[in-house]
Amino acid sequence: MATITIDGQSYEADPSANLLQAALTLGFDLPYFCWHPALGSVGACRQCAVRQYRDEEDTTGQIVMACMVPVADGLRCSIVEPEAAEFRAEVIEWLMSNHPHDCPVCDEGGECHLQDMTVMTGHCKRRFRFPKRTFRNQYLGPFINHEMNRCIQCYRCVRFYGDYAGGSDLVAMAAHNHVYFGRHEEGILENEFSGNLVEICPTGVFTDKTLKHHYSRKWDMVSSPSVCSHCAVGCNTIASTRYGSVRRILNRYHHDINGYFLCDRGRFGYTFTDAADRLRRPLLHPDRERDVETVAEPAEAMKRIREIFSEATGVAGIGSPRASLESNYALRNLVGSGRFSSGLPRIEHDATTALLEAMRNAPDGPGSLRDAERADAVLILGEDPNNTAPRLALALRQSVRNEPIRADAGSRIPRWHDRAIRDFVQDRKGPLFIAWPASTRLDDLAAGTHRAAPDEIARLGFAVAHAIDPQSPAVTDLDDSASDLASRIARALKEADRPMVVSGTALRSPAIIAAAAATVHALRRTGSGGSSFLAVAPEANTIGDAMLEGAPLETLEQQLESGEVDTLVILENDIYRRLPAPATDRIISKARRIIALDSIATATTNRADVVLPAGSFAESDGTFVNHEGRAQRFFQPLPPAGDVLEAWRWIGRIAAETGTSKQNEWDRLDRVLTALARDCPELAPARDAAPDAAFRANGQRFPRAPRRFSGRTSILSHLSVHEPKPPEDSDSPLSFTMEGHSGQPPAALVSHYWSPGWNSSQALNKFQSEVAGPARGGDPGARLIPGNGPNERPSTAIPAPVPDDDQTLLAVPCYEVFGSDELSARAPAVAERIPKPYVALAPTDAEHHGLDSGDSLNLLIGELRVSAPVRLDPKLPPGLCGIPAGMPGWSVPHLPARASVVT
Amino acid sequence: MAISEQRVILKHVDEPGYDPGIECYVRHGGYETLRKAVGMQPEEICRGVEVSEVRGRGGAGFPAGMKWKFLDRKSGKPIYLICNADESEPGTFKDRQIMHKDPHQLIEGMMVSAFAIQAALAFIYIREEMPQAARILEAAIDEARARGFVGEDILGSGYSCEIVVHRGAAAYICGEETGLIESLEGKRAYPRIKPPYFPAALGLYQCPTIVNNVETLCHVKHVVAIGGEAFARTGSPGNTGTRIWCVSGHVQRPGYYEFECGALTLGEMIHDVCGGVHPGRSLKAVIPGGSSAKILRADERFTGKLKDGTEFDWGLNDIPLDFDSLMACGSMSGSGGIIVMDDRVDMVEALANINAFYSHESCGQCTPCREGSLWMKKITKRMAEGGARTEDTDLLLSIGDQIAGRTICAFGEACAWPTQSFVSKFRDEFLAKASEDSGKRKGLRLV
Repeated sequence: MATITIDGQSYEADPSANLLQAALTLGFDLPYFCWHPALGSVGACRQCAVRQYRDEEDTTGQIVMACMVPVADGLRCSIVEPEAAEFRAEVIEWLMSNHPHDCPVCDEGGECHLQDMTVMTGHCKRRFRFPKRTFRNQYLGPFINHEMNRCIQCYRCVRFYGDYAGGSDLVAMAAHNHVYFGRHEEGILENEFSGNLVEICPTGVFTDKTLKHHYSRKWDMVSSPSVCSHCAVGCNTIASTRYGSVRRILNRYHHDINGYFLCDRGRFGYTFTDAADRLRRPLLHPDRERDVETVAEPAEAMKRIREIFSEATGVAGIGSPRASLESNYALRNLVGSGRFSSGLPRIEHDATTALLEAMRNAPDGPGSLRDAERADAVLILGEDPNNTAPRLALALRQSVRNEPIRADAGSRIPRWHDRAIRDFVQDRKGPLFIAWPASTRLDDLAAGTHRAAPDEIARLGFAVAHAIDPQSPAVTDLDDSASDLASRIARALKEADRPMVVSGTALRSPAIIAAAAATVHALRRTGSGGSSFLAVAPEANTIGDAMLEGAPLETLEQQLESGEVDTLVILENDIYRRLPAPATDRIISKARRIIALDSIATATTNRADVVLPAGSFAESDGTFVNHEGRAQRFFQPLPPAGDVLEAWRWIGRIAAETGTSKQNEWDRLDRVLTALARDCPELAPARDAAPDAAFRANGQRFPRAPRRFSGRTSILSHLSVHEPKPPEDSDSPLSFTMEGHSGQPPAALVSHYWSPGWNSSQALNKFQSEVAGPARGGDPGARLIPGNGPNERPSTAIPAPVPDDDQTLLAVPCYEVFGSDELSARAPAVAERIPKPYVALAPTDAEHHGLDSGDSLNLLIGELRVSAPVRLDPKLPPGLCGIPAGMPGWSVPHLPARASVVT
Repeated sequence: MAISEQRVILKHVDEPGYDPGIECYVRHGGYETLRKAVGMQPEEICRGVEVSEVRGRGGAGFPAGMKWKFLDRKSGKPIYLICNADESEPGTFKDRQIMHKDPHQLIEGMMVSAFAIQAALAFIYIREEMPQAARILEAAIDEARARGFVGEDILGSGYSCEIVVHRGAAAYICGEETGLIESLEGKRAYPRIKPPYFPAALGLYQCPTIVNNVETLCHVKHVVAIGGEAFARTGSPGNTGTRIWCVSGHVQRPGYYEFECGALTLGEMIHDVCGGVHPGRSLKAVIPGGSSAKILRADERFTGKLKDGTEFDWGLNDIPLDFDSLMACGSMSGSGGIIVMDDRVDMVEALANINAFYSHESCGQCTPCREGSLWMKKITKRMAEGGARTEDTDLLLSIGDQIAGRTICAFGEACAWPTQSFVSKFRDEFLAKASEDSGKRKGLRLV
């Protein structure tokens, strides 16, 4: 630590930081615009001016930009010095000269960094008496609204979008006072991280268009800490609501996971909670074959369930990777672990089990996104992160800068000096290798790619392991280009300080995961200390579901077949998305009775005798276990309205109703977690993912509503002038009102970022132990999988080479960031971005079958007929075809599989 | 008193029969210095340039030898030489003469410099508005290459270096050396922040780079030709060699004139060399170093101490034309563009014109000049068009004062100095505008 002096007081500061960062960490209110903790400094806005003095003798000093001054021992500066303060106010005056006075009608108003900084500098009198500049705004797609007149030219947007996220369709154009940030022409912003512009922009140029459709001010929204339900990364979010509906999702900082950024699927997918096909009332289907449904009162539904249970010879439960740990566990407890299915078909189940095993065996436990961001050599084996775990792709994009920066450590350019370090790195990229059947959106960074069938990808992985450590078995009959690539990858990983192997279940191949694990262990055996295994899983709670060790769906089919089971309870799972429709139909028709719980109407709920309306993430408390085995609690921003209940609570009521458990045994989240901890020791730490419901600060709950919440007493006055009693929350230490503890809650309970003078999300600086560091009091969540020591040997079954097959194509799943996720695909804004159905084909194969781009291709995959237009992918190897997974209304489950072309 | 020019750079330029072709240049002893240079040790040339004390002719007047000394030779990266031919300071037209009329002198100067710093590649970054000069240079480089003065194995020395002519994209900021480098790299010409960007260490493509002005590079040739010590004896101490002054505005004989530094005064330049202001007019003010230099009033007294401690008390006409004297008078010799104004000039209009230029040329990277220069322009434009307000004068000064010294590059000073100096030195004229105009204004105006 360095000792610095600010306004005559000595402080300790981190010498790897700049003065602005240090001042903010120390709690000073120093205004800034162009600097961003994740983007670093460029010194463009000139807002963070302070006066720096050479030494104690120096009384004159000079005005410097704090973001450009490295912290060093003996640094002396003044923030309050009048000339510096006057200059900071002048910068605001300049910026305001063209900033419209439209705060009252601006979406950013009330949570605007520019407003905050204006107040902070004290500028208030306008001397600029000219008309303001007028720009034309652009249509930027369904996510982002553009209002260029508000722009203060801080350059953050293009620095994030281009430099950080790799997007090329948002740039700075024109010069001097007309610098314009936009696209070359109107159109959808292509990059899947565009939503971060909403939070990156210090004012209202880029705002959330989905929020605009049901706008509410920040101070009018009731929010809670949540966890994104759209993939397994588990980005922390803040979900904000008003009048019973979710209005927006904001980033909630987690040092090890999402940091400052979310992907667009996570930010804009929330409106599924309000979609027309939401289930809000219990439904009865008197005749499952005919599409007749009646809305029932909960008591009536429960009565029906009691009947079903009393008639049943055996009840089995189908869990779900998108349901919370509590709901899955409650179901397992209801039906008994022998009759509990993970809800996955064998092909996905086996891959997930292999992944979980690899995670448990990983030398230091599974890696986090922060590890990925800091890795200096990466091998992606059988994953397409941009589409399967988008936020991970953003982390990996940063990783390629590490090796060039490390190699030139002699330059001594501080890491925060963004402009200099980017110029310094130029186009050099550290090693990132991608093995995936088709092209990916990280290819522009890749030092090498291997595009092949899943088994060939696994063989490459084993070859890398062998090249690192000859103790790993050799792969026979590997072609020259693959073995060259394997040795290049091996060299890069061995030379790295922090090598990382990324792998997952995307191709449903246990062999790929085993190969990735073999590589990590080979690295560890040969002495690479920091080697890390990063597991990618598809859904929000895939790992948590797998840890409950249910059986695959096919086992259940056998149980139905044998008559051991005749009744199913299906938890938040549309099994038509998991198995081909004929197979699913068989399961459904073999089940005499089906009880389904879900928040959305699906093909599966349509065929259930009883459907119970479960809360979505917005109406539930629960825990998801993310891709690194971190249990994370999400809290409901909305009290469940009407008949909606959390799925685990419904299951608890079923258990009480049917006599499988005592009354009230399951009506509290903490009781479910206690039982879970007792039954599943590995999952026990999940209890500590967040404070329990009894937790208080000074005897007070933590408010979901901001202190400035308006309408506390009038929000429902159009219905009744009597103020209703606020909803109670028995499951968390949060309250639904603004009453409660006014200080900062523990990180797991942060419902909004606010601090005096800081109304925008940049108040986050005040919630961190140091700027861009861990949350105060530690980051939330509990790691469940510590990993094993270096000696664990992964299994090493190397697949045989994929034989040439002229007759059929190998259909492999490919993924779409917008479309492959079931829930977000129901959000209208995301739905606009979902591509039309397609089958990706190599040009040579297309030619062979006389097909061109756009022509209709008919495939027979097992018993399933698939028809879709051809999309040519020149990167796809011949013999393979790619079929997007999980597309709404067009789901082709159970891949990879052989497909024959039918004419 | 007739004062005759002391032409060195422009020695042959404008001589009858002298053309820009290589034959003519070689006939006049061209490329002999390069021949001499490649026979020397590179370090010896660098030392010569250092001893010569030749200062940069682009505007800042930084000693070229010192700049070369900062070159990071240990990096192992290629070294680049860039000739800054983006001459765009209003009132400056000297480099254009060299490129148009004696291109081989520049090429020879560049090759001598390139050899001295052992550059791997040399660039001429030329202003887009000089397409003819670019064509002349390209033709000249071809001629020189054909004779072994440029390219592979120069004059059998084993040293090879190419020259690439790169046309700019018409932005003043590309004359700022780091902005130029960014532009040359294909990016927006946003000046870089120093530190860490000292081009001598981290320049073009983050390699050690020397950026010198056209005239400076020509001087290097003469330094090598006569030797550093001999060069240092020309001009005045610390202000060595000759300079080309570009005189424009209200004088009878505007044009470019080459003199040794300090060999004559500003008065001699205006009155004797350029024939003074037109009959019936009187001298009102002079901008001595391109439009960004602070203006000097004709009736101003300049007192103070020079670097060597000698006290001075000068009128405008007494100021010696060199780097240090003009600096001591609170202005600068800048790019050598002397703009003379007689009593016809409306100072508010003149400043409005200058402000219009700088607000248009602000690159837009940092706030003070992007927003401030436009604001100053809007105020002066309105004042010039009959809408002056009493508060405008002080407002202009307050904006200018906040810009200067607080921007990423020196453009902040370039756009603030005219306003600061015009308004403070001709305050009465600015205030008078306001009282004139407030009488004229009827009713409330929105803007």
